[in-house]
Amino acid sequence: MAEYKLMKGNEVIAEAAIRCGCDAYFGYPITPQSEILETLTLRQPWLETGMVVLQAESEVAAINMVYGGAACGKKVMTSSSSPGISLKQEGITYLAGAELPCLVVNVVRGGPGLGTIQPAQSDYFQAVKGGGHGDYKLIVLAPASVQEMNDFVDLGFELSFKYRNPAMILSDGVIGQMMEKVKLSPVKPRWTDEEVIKLNGSWATTGKTADRPRNVATSLELDSARQEQFNHKLQAKYKEIQEKEVRFEKIACDDAEYLFVAYGSSSRICQKAIDLAREKGIKVGLLRPITLFPYPTKAIQEMAEKVKGILTVEMSAGQMVEDVRLAVNGKVKVEHFGRFGGMIPSPNEVVKALEDLIIKG
Amino acid sequence: MTEEIIIAGFGGQGVLSMGKILAYSGIMQDQEVAWMPSYGPEMRGGTANVTVILSDNRISSPVLQEFDTVIILNQQSMDKFEKSVKPGGVLIYDPNGITRHPQRKDIKIYKVEAAEEATRMQSAKTFNMIVLGAFLKVKPIVKMENVIRGLEKSLPERHHHLIPLNKQAIDRGMEIVKEA
Repeated sequence: MAEYKLMKGNEVIAEAAIRCGCDAYFGYPITPQSEILETLTLRQPWLETGMVVLQAESEVAAINMVYGGAACGKKVMTSSSSPGISLKQEGITYLAGAELPCLVVNVVRGGPGLGTIQPAQSDYFQAVKGGGHGDYKLIVLAPASVQEMNDFVDLGFELSFKYRNPAMILSDGVIGQMMEKVKLSPVKPRWTDEEVIKLNGSWATTGKTADRPRNVATSLELDSARQEQFNHKLQAKYKEIQEKEVRFEKIACDDAEYLFVAYGSSSRICQKAIDLAREKGIKVGLLRPITLFPYPTKAIQEMAEKVKGILTVEMSAGQMVEDVRLAVNGKVKVEHFGRFGGMIPSPNEVVKALEDLIIKG
Repeated sequence: MTEEIIIAGFGGQGVLSMGKILAYSGIMQDQEVAWMPSYGPEMRGGTANVTVILSDNRISSPVLQEFDTVIILNQQSMDKFEKSVKPGGVLIYDPNGITRHPQRKDIKIYKVEAAEEATRMQSAKTFNMIVLGAFLKVKPIVKMENVIRGLEKSLPERHHHLIPLNKQAIDRGMEIVKEA
């Protein structure tokens, strides 16, 4: 049995990166995710696995280093928090446009602007609806525990290489700063050069032989007809992801008359709220999206057939609620409850919101 | 069993590390644990607090408004967290520097003169372990052997020679805690 450790979510991201055979991390410090770069620097994985860890001169530089590493077919990642992720958006859309796999971690803090260093979930729109320009999608994973911070690093890389698409871990200051017990993943060696060529040689710039055409990692296509064709290809890929990769968790839904929809740390708060509400005789369950793109639209539609009302709980002014309303399409009442700007809703507030907005309202 | 605790005091009093030792002790007896700190500028000299949850079941919210036990180590924290004790719950505090003592009648209140005792032990750094001892006397939720194993886990190896002193401080805390 692997030993349980007590670690912060951010530390676990760093440890999981080393263990899953990540080739390079490029980042720039910002609260509340600085422990990722700190832990990597302390661990010195370049001595152990050869993994490159580099503090870039800026977030913009870091994401473009990711572009370079990804173009070579390597497992590369970056991390930041909200304002830093905004700076990375140009690079992210270029990565999506060049169909390059990579992992981006956003430990969200309150905005807009420099905002606050306290936890928030107000980057949902940015993560799932674009953020950068053009018709692209990220694969977005939303961990709700320190264990999932570990698990989703490997999963994020796996999905991003499977679909040649950037993946994002959308966490927040609660999950990043919290310590919980965690079972770290077994160590996987980094890909050898031969493996990179075998696995990614069809598109990566690495390993050109005399008889292989040059691979070019670019998002530029000046012929509009061809660019439209390329967009069709991207859309087909996103459709496939939507069909195959939806992940979610249902808690206390079997007898539920009401439903919370919440992801990440808000879903943890909702689990406590479920206990409090059920003590009062209110039968409420929780649907927790684990993937935010692809979104568990069908699962929410199915629950809408069974419950009398749905409350989304987010640490934002109401972003994911739009996707819940699209899924429900007027079938039942959907309301939003949120605290934002770095404030965290309490379980009691969530129960009161359910009573006021859904049950009485 | 679920025990929801907040420890609140000044940055530098060892609030966060006390919470970490408690959380590790929980892991040593196969419990689920969560440790959620305040972070940011408040840690650099201002007030610091940490929520620790130990449970036999999956832990829901790491962010709470009410606690089974509230441990208070300065006046600002008294002002902020006296009201956060669940009715029937426990408040433990060090009266050193407290100008307004707790007022509530619906909770159990204990005093531990940890700062004074740490001075007497000529080791200011044992302060938080004296407080931990007081807590464990009032709420014996983790076995002493698991606390020692928790200490071993959370202290870097080069500090392991300090474990007997820490154990002594925990014992002192258990002896001197009293109902207020």
